[in-house]
Amino acid sequence: MQNEPSDVLNRFRQGDADAFEALFRQHQRLVYSWILRIVRDPTAAEDLTIESFWRIHRAHARFETAHGFEGWARRIATHAAFDWLRARRGKNEVGAEACSELAAPANSDPAVSAEIRLKTAQAFGRLPPKLRIAATLAVIEEEPHRVIASALGISVAAVKLRVFRALRLLRRDLQQQGITP
Amino acid sequence: MNEDDRDQMKKLLKAALPQVDAKSGPSGDLWPAMQRRLDEASAVQVSVSQTGFNWAWFDGVLAAGLVVLVASFPSAIPLLLYYL
Repeated sequence: MQNEPSDVLNRFRQGDADAFEALFRQHQRLVYSWILRIVRDPTAAEDLTIESFWRIHRAHARFETAHGFEGWARRIATHAAFDWLRARRGKNEVGAEACSELAAPANSDPAVSAEIRLKTAQAFGRLPPKLRIAATLAVIEEEPHRVIASALGISVAAVKLRVFRALRLLRRDLQQQGITP
Repeated sequence: MNEDDRDQMKKLLKAALPQVDAKSGPSGDLWPAMQRRLDEASAVQVSVSQTGFNWAWFDGVLAAGLVVLVASFPSAIPLLLYYL
């Protein structure tokens, strides 16, 4: 991420519309990409990018220029994605189509059957959103724990704990379906 | 759940939900949609500020009525407090 000139950040903090537009244009792709990794739905990711920047716009006076824009935007985007997942919990199980649309084919393990992959994805969609976000970012997207902790506003230890709990719940869910990982 | 189980679960999860393509971007420039959102919010804000004046006036009348009621019928105070 590029370092924004402090002038733009200062003007944004004071509510300058042009500075906000400049920051939007510069960061929209990063925010979209971050949200997409969490929600895994391109249409929802676009809507949530707008929602995140709307929250950023409303909170401009609370922005601290010394801490930089990227981390702050990522944290707000993570909260927006969390709200979306929570609102859709139970009806947004990740299906096979979504997997194949977003998947990088080279990463697919041929040793794991399509049925098990689908059931795993569905079980993952049933996890509590806060566990799901931590596991998505840490295990699937391999983001550093430090970055995830900052985005979630929790400690690195708490991120590790959430990942552990997510994997344990996922394993239990799969075992109940007769799948022994 | 031991470390082997955890590794196995991670492997399974990665197989089920592979990484999102790092080059993924929005379908187009999202600024026009953002601009619409800002414009809608401005319109609502103007509307709220206009309605806000009416509500303030209405609230004033209600408050005045309440003061008159309490002054005229002090025994009604416990009843009012009960319903608040």
